Formats: sequence, C-alpha cells, structure tokens
Amino acid sequence: MSLSTLYAMTGVALFSLGFHALLVQRHLLRKVLALNVLGSATFLLLVGMARRGGDTPDPVPHAMVLTGIVVAVSATALALSLARRLKAAQGLVRLPEDMPE
Amino acid sequence: MDRPLNWAVLSVVLPLFGAVAAFLARARAGQRIGLLISLAVVLCSCGLALQLLEYGADRYGIGGWSAPLGIGLVADGLSAVMLFMTAVVGALTGLHATRYFAPRLSHDSAQAASQAHRRRYFWPLWLFMWAALNALYLSADLFNLYVTLELLGLSAVPLVALAGGPSLAAAMRYLLVSMLGSLAWLFGVALLYSAHGVLDLDRLSGILAPGPAVWAAIALMTGGMLLKTAVFPLHFWLPPAHASAPAPVSALLSAVVVKATFYLVVRLWAQVFPAALSFAAGQLLGYLGAAAILWGSVQALRQDRIKLLLAYSTVAQLGYLFLVFSLAMAPEAAADAWRAAVLFAVAHAFGKAALFLASGNLLLALGHDRIDGLHGVSARLPITMFAFGLAGVNLMGLPPSGSFIAKWWMLIAALRGGRWELVLVLVLGSLLAAAYVLRVLGPALMGPARGPRIAVPALMEWTALALALLSVLAGITVSTSLRLLEVGNPFSPAPGVPQ
Amino acid sequence: MTVTFWLPVAILLSSFVPGVVIFLLPEEQSGARTALNLIGAVIKVVLVIGMIWGITEGRIYEARIPLLPDIDLVLHASRLPVLFISLSAVLWLLTTIYAVGYLEGSPHRSRFFGFFSLCVSATTGVAMAGNLLSFLVFYEILTLVTWPLVIHRGTEEAHQAGRVYLAYTLTGGALLMVGITWLHALVGPVDFVERGALAGIGPDYHGQLKVIFALLIAGLGVKAALVPLHGWLPHAMVAPAPVSALLHAVAVVKAGAFGIVRVMYDVFGIEFATTLGVHRPLALVASITIIYGSIQALAQDDLKRRLAFSTVSQISYIILGVATLGRLATIGGVVHLVHQALMKITLFFCAGILLETLGIHRVSEMNGVGRRMPLTMIAFSLAALGMIGLPPMAGFISKWYLGLGGLDAGDPWVLAVLLVSTILNAAYFLPILHAAWFRPANSPWPEARRGEFETRLYLLLPPLITALLFILAGLFAAAPVSPTAWCHVIADAEYGQ
Repeated sequence: MSLSTLYAMTGVALFSLGFHALLVQRHLLRKVLALNVLGSATFLLLVGMARRGGDTPDPVPHAMVLTGIVVAVSATALALSLARRLKAAQGLVRLPEDMPE
Repeated sequence: MDRPLNWAVLSVVLPLFGAVAAFLARARAGQRIGLLISLAVVLCSCGLALQLLEYGADRYGIGGWSAPLGIGLVADGLSAVMLFMTAVVGALTGLHATRYFAPRLSHDSAQAASQAHRRRYFWPLWLFMWAALNALYLSADLFNLYVTLELLGLSAVPLVALAGGPSLAAAMRYLLVSMLGSLAWLFGVALLYSAHGVLDLDRLSGILAPGPAVWAAIALMTGGMLLKTAVFPLHFWLPPAHASAPAPVSALLSAVVVKATFYLVVRLWAQVFPAALSFAAGQLLGYLGAAAILWGSVQALRQDRIKLLLAYSTVAQLGYLFLVFSLAMAPEAAADAWRAAVLFAVAHAFGKAALFLASGNLLLALGHDRIDGLHGVSARLPITMFAFGLAGVNLMGLPPSGSFIAKWWMLIAALRGGRWELVLVLVLGSLLAAAYVLRVLGPALMGPARGPRIAVPALMEWTALALALLSVLAGITVSTSLRLLEVGNPFSPAPGVPQ
Repeated sequence: MTVTFWLPVAILLSSFVPGVVIFLLPEEQSGARTALNLIGAVIKVVLVIGMIWGITEGRIYEARIPLLPDIDLVLHASRLPVLFISLSAVLWLLTTIYAVGYLEGSPHRSRFFGFFSLCVSATTGVAMAGNLLSFLVFYEILTLVTWPLVIHRGTEEAHQAGRVYLAYTLTGGALLMVGITWLHALVGPVDFVERGALAGIGPDYHGQLKVIFALLIAGLGVKAALVPLHGWLPHAMVAPAPVSALLHAVAVVKAGAFGIVRVMYDVFGIEFATTLGVHRPLALVASITIIYGSIQALAQDDLKRRLAFSTVSQISYIILGVATLGRLATIGGVVHLVHQALMKITLFFCAGILLETLGIHRVSEMNGVGRRMPLTMIAFSLAALGMIGLPPMAGFISKWYLGLGGLDAGDPWVLAVLLVSTILNAAYFLPILHAAWFRPANSPWPEARRGEFETRLYLLLPPLITALLFILAGLFAAAPVSPTAWCHVIADAEYGQ
C-alpha cells in the first residue's frame, strides 16, 4: 500500500466517522465538531494525493486546502455564533426536532 | 475575441463590492447602494445575454490567469439564463424588501429594534449571496464551485436568521445541512482530482473514465447537491427554513437558491458526467422527483399556514426538475428534457417569488398567514391576490405559463419513452397543485373582508404582480429564451466552449 | 404584416384589452366600465362582420406566432371558426348589456366584468385556434377565467359549485393534454385541416389513435357535459344569470362541443374516424346524454336547473350530428351550435329577469307570470317552442337535418332518439308555458317601477333581440346569409365536395 493510498483510506474513514457523528450527536457543538472532522478528512485526502507523480508535489491541492481551511473556519464561526444566539434566545443547545419528547 | 465589456466578471464583482459598501454604510445608504447594484446587475445580465447572442459562449481567466491555478469563468446560454433569472427575481424582491423591512409604527421598542436590525443587514447579506450565485453560474472549475457553494450557504443562513424567533433553529439546521452538502461535494472533487488531475469542467468531461473513484465522486457530489436542493427525502430542512424566514428572503431562497444547486447537477449530468452515468442512476433521480411531487403536494394540502404551504409546494415543484433526469437518460430526448427542466426552473423562480412576496403582503395586512383567516381578503388586496392566482396558474402548469410549456415537453418525452408512471405523476401533480392553490384563493374570494384594515404599500403589491406576470410570460416568450439557452450548446457532453 | 394577420389578432384583443383595463378601474367608475365594455363589444362585432365579408370573398385569415421551436400559436379563421366567433361576438354584446342591468349596484363589478371579457377572449381564441396546442392554451385559459365568475356571489354554495366546476374541468383539461401530447409524440404537430390531418396514418397506429380519440373526447366531453361527465353543470347554476347565459350558450359548454367538432372533422376527419370505428360509440354516448338530460330536466323544479339539464341534452345534438356520417347530419349538428345558443341564451335571460324582478326561482312559482311580464314570457315561450322543435323555428331546422342525416347514414335510430327527445322536451317545457299563461297567479305580483316596462330595459332588450334572431334563423334558413346556408358550405368542405 502506497503512502498516498494510506492517506486516502484514512480520509475516507475520517469522513465516514464525521458523517456518523453529525447524524447521531444531538448537541449542536458536537455537530459543528463533526462537520470539522468531515472537512479535515477531505483536506487529508487532498494533501495526500498531492504527492503522487514525482518529486515536486502538485501545488493545486495545496491551494485548495488553504482556501478550504479559510472557508471552514468562517463556517465554524458562523455556526458557533448562531448556536450561541439560539442558546441565548431560546435556551436551546439542541435542535427542536432532536429534543427528547 | 474582442468584446466591448466584460459583463460576466462585472456581474460577480459589482454585488461583491456592493455588499462590502452596504455593510460599512448606514441602513439608509446601504439600501440605496443595494438598489443601485440591483439595477446594475440587471443591466449586466441583459448585457451578457445580448453579448452571448451576438458572439457566442465565452471563457475568461480572471486577472489573466488561466486554469489550473487561475479562476476561470465560462459564460454560455445556461449560465446567462440563470444569471438573468436571478437578476430579475433579485431586483424585484429587493424593491419589495425596501418596504417590507421599512420601519413600522410600533409601541414595542424591542420590535422596532429588531426591524432596524433586519433593515440594516438584509442588503449586505443579500448582495453577498447574489455575488456567490452569479459566481456559481459562471465558474468553470469544480473547486471554485465549492467556494461559491460555501459562500452561498454562509450568506443564506444569516438571511433566514434575520426573522429571529423560530427561524434561528431553522437557520441552524439549514447551516448544518448546507455545510454537509458542500463538504460532500468537496470530497467528491478530491476523488475526481485524484483520479484525473483536472478540475476544469470541460477538460474533465473530455477525459472522464468510469471507475469506482469516479462513481463514488459522482454519488457524493450529486448527493450533496440533492441535499442542498431539498430533493425528497432530503427535503426535511426546507419547509421550516423557507417558511420562517422573512418573506423576501423566503422568495429568494425558494426561487433562486435551491435552483443554483439544481443548476450544478444539470451542468454536471448534462455536460461532464455522461460518460460515467448509467441509465439506472437517472431513473433513481427521476423516481425521487416523482415521489417529491406527490409527497410535497400532499403535505402542502395539509398545511394551515400559507408560507408552509408554499414551502411544501417548493418541495413538490423541485420534484419536476428531477423527474426530468429520468427522461434525459434517453439520448434522443435529452436536449428536450434539459430544456424543459431549465424553463420549469425559471418559471417556478418567478412564480414562487411572487407567491412568497404575496404571502408577505398578506402577513403584513392581516398580522398572520393562517389560511382559515383569509376570508374576503381579496377585497382588501386585489392586486396581491391576483398575483397569487396568476402565479398559482404557473404552479398548476396551465397555459400560458412557463411551466405549462415545460410540462408539455415532459409529457411528450414521457409518452415517447412509454413512461406511463411518469405521465400519471405529471398529471396528478398539476391537479394536486390546483387543489392547494385553491385552498388559499377560495377563502380569499369569499364574502366581505373582516378585521381591521392595514394598508400595504403599493410597491409590495406590484412587485408581486410583476413576478407573477413574468412566470406567465415565460411560457409565451419561450422561443426567444430558447435561443439564448442554446448558446454554447450547454446540453451536449462534448465540450462546446472555446478553449 | 397584413390584414389577414391582424384581423384575427384584433378580434382577440377587442375583448382582452377592455378586460385588462377594467381590472384597473376603481369600483365606482361604472360609467367608464360600461362604456369600455360596449365599445369593445361593438368593435368586435364590426371586425367580425368584416371578417365574414372577407371570407365570402375567399380570403383566409391566419396569424402565426412562434411559440415552440416546432409549433406556432395559430389563429386561423375560415368558415367554421367564423361561425363560432360571430356567435360569441353578438352574444357577448347582448350579454354585456344584460349584465350591466343585472348587476347594477352589486359589489365586485370590476372583477366581474374583467373576467367576463377575458372569458369571451378565451372563447374567441378557442374558436380561432388553428392547431391542437393553440386550442389547448385557450381552452384551459377559459377554464380558469370562468371560475371567478362561477363563484362570483362569494357564498359557500357558490364556492362549492366552483370547486366542483374546477375538479371536473381541470381533470378534463389534464386528459385533453395527455391526449394531445400523445398525438404529438406519435405524429408530430397537428394543424387543423378540413377533412382531417391523420388520414394517412398506417394501421399500426390505429390502436393508439383510438385511445387518443377517447382521451380527447373525454377531456372535451367534460365541458360539453357529456353524460357521465356533466355533473358540474347543474352546480354551476349558482352563478349570476348573465354568466349562466354565456356559459350555456357560447363560452364553456360550447367550447367543449366545438372542440369535439374540431377533433372529429379537422384532426381525425370524419371518414378516417369511420375507418377507426370511433364515431359510433360517440354517437351512442351523445344519444344517451340527449335522453338522460331530458329525463333529468323533467324532475327539476328549480327553473335554472331545469334549463341546465336541458342544455346537457341539447348540446349532445351537436355531437350526435358530428358523429353521424354524412353531409346532412353535419349541417344539423353544426348549425345547432348557433341555434341552441340563441334559444338557450334567451331562456336564461328570461329566467334571470324573473328572478331579478319577481324573485322567481322555481317552476312552481311561475303561475300566471305571463300576464305580469308578457314580453319576457313571449320570448321565453318562443325559445321553449323552438327547443321542442316546432316548425318553422330554428330548433326544427336542426332536428330536420339531423333526422335526415341519420336516415342518410343508415342509422334510423337517430330518428328515434330525436323523437323521444322531442316528446321529453315538450314534457318539460309545455307545463311551464301552461302555468305561465293559463294559470292564475299564486299571489299578487309586485308592481313595476314607474317609467319602466315590465322590467328594466337593459334586461328586457337582449332576450327580445335573441328571440328575433332565432326566429329569423328559422324562417329564413334557406336564405344565402343564414347560419344554415353557411353550414352547407362547411359541410361541403368537410366532405370534399
């Protein structure tokens, strides 16, 4: 197994893990964390395959990951601030649909 | 090729700068900037359409950088149609919003403050979203598309949250769904890039070879977009988000934002993926669409609030857009089927925006949007109710509306292919739509009005009517719009754009 | 762009434009509204007269507007469409006058007259449609713009009627659309041409064509009130009298019947339909409808419901005529399009007058009304006798041709159907006439207002004019300008003579 395949497999495994957590976890903070795991999984896949094909790594995946991290940070910030407002306004840390009956 | 003005780049850059300016300015000035930019973007989209009709499809590298590192834009007929649709809906909804978010007489200082808050942030967010939408229609590579998708989500979510109250939870759910969709897309992009080392749509379409990684990528990217387009059974997030947002925002979301992700699926399935697609994949999407039509319509019949009814109606109408995928898998019917889908999307955009704006007017006039409290309201708001009826005709798929022509094509394609189950769904969908539209129109036309009279600004009524008229005109002017749509041959898998 | 292009368009716009402007007029401006309506209606009549003249000169009027890549929106006026257009133009003018009087002082008149004009525009479009897509467009628009008229009173009963109306007509429209798109999927765009466009289709497709024919007839049959698709019509009686008058005479019901004429003659072609063997089932359904409608009419005490079932029955004369092979039956069927309209609109006008002036709803309340309202009841009686088919009234002319046509086609049972129906017609109309003229009034009638005839002139004039028209149409059926003579030429064209 080549190193880039290993990275790729790890990426896939992390992605599945994050997806599972997003569905199962109810606390909003955990959901946001799950999304971050999903993002990291994708970045891992991208960086891992930048190595293939010779000595000079492909710069395109790096550019993508850099941009992706910026986007992920802003999205996380928005999610956290929204979660805080939800807590402040309605005292919710979970979505109403996920509340125990 | 020498073109006088780069309309495509302008239509992305202008709203982006407008958003920043509106954010920095005070509310009043922000609104002025917003209206000015709206006008400019409408002009840009018209300019682009005329330019395309004259010179054909075009490709730009921003700042002179070309693929793979630069940001490439491609303008063909499909992008121009989407751009134009967004511009018209956006400009008219913006006009409506100037009154909808205007300060109202209120003794409650908290209410007045939150109205001021909405007024303050609507324009920067919406202009930002507009830039994201236009960039999405024009982007030529998969990663740029990811960025535009995220920008779109990040601006749409706070717009929903502007309404406060129950909309916060809906916005939160929308954000989670939207991010999941985008990340699924990005993961697919990574897989495609690892398989082919290309991000550019045209190049990818030329070299795409079927294989497990490519199939996984197609599944992830399509799945992510289906989630964002709220295709049954992934629609659960849409009704609360669209129904609890402020009316102009609901109009933008239901009319335009869900169409943007639909556009991406069409772009990929019609242009990039055909080499790796199987007949069964199209059938799956088609049957999801059919299920959405029936499920969404039945749910719409059961709602007791207009905005929820309209949101479920969006779920149903989006079903038609995906029903087309099963028809488009037959090569000889593909071009007709895609055309039908795009026309349907455009007509629905105009019509649904009109309906949500009308629901906003009703909300303002009555203080609620309960269907059982509509008695006689058409005597108070004849223009609004006329707009509602006219846009309702479009939902029912009756002539001369745009969706009538689209359904005409869909029916012919379904009958040619002997797809009786789809014929049945198409017919049932129209009848169910008639039933839920009448649930609102019937009481509104019944007897004299009740309750106190609250004036609704004329501008709010007329913008709704203008959009409703456009949804009907979309059917009459279809031969003209087809000429634009065909520029650059967007529905053929072979690269049709000059390199 | 020539006059052959603009005249059909202008005829369409002459009612459409006033309709749109009327929507924008404030409720109080009844003077401007009436003026607009009448100007539009008069312009339409003048334009139609010009068109009739042009057609007798041998001109063909056609406007093609690109709609889809392979299909145009076609307005085409030759003899058959003009028959229907002139009918709708004249009756629109008269009904407008009547409606102005009938609705004086009632609420929502802008809405009413706006949709009324749109309703006539759509009917004109149905008449002139030159292919199936154009027909469908106007046919569905007609469905929609009539709904606000049906529910105009805004009562729960009216809304119930509106729901029933839409449930039937929209379902019918959907069937029609499936039929039309199927035909397109099979053979491509189909223009209406005399003697039919499908005759050359090979026998492989005959099975499918039969199903398509059934779909088209079912879709059109809803509006034409073919049994068992007629259920909406008696409900729709809650609409104000001018609406019922227009609905039964020219607009909705007639659009369905006219569509069946078109499908039979100009899409399939009567000879090809005979080859397919689809004409006989249609004739059978029409016969059942004729008898069933008459029997139902017998049982109704509500005057407008009795008239409604009479319409169910009478419209199927047209369909029976077109479903019977041969020139004479064709003439009988097509001319009944006009005759039935003139007689039925007179009856509805009169029923509206009785309701409006004396509050009479029911047949049992009509005792002695002839002496109180002699002019109204004379018009009513003439129309009723015409419906029964008393010579030399217009109804007799229709039945005469239909009967001869049946014999000619070797279908003598057509004659039997006509005979039974005539007896039933007499059975449900004559008691009304007897009660009105020969029985004493139940109680004294309210006096007419000073300076008026037995009722307002606006209301009285239209039925007198329509009564005059159908009497002339009957008396001078042999004259070269009569509807009957016009239908002779149409029938010749359909049989290639």
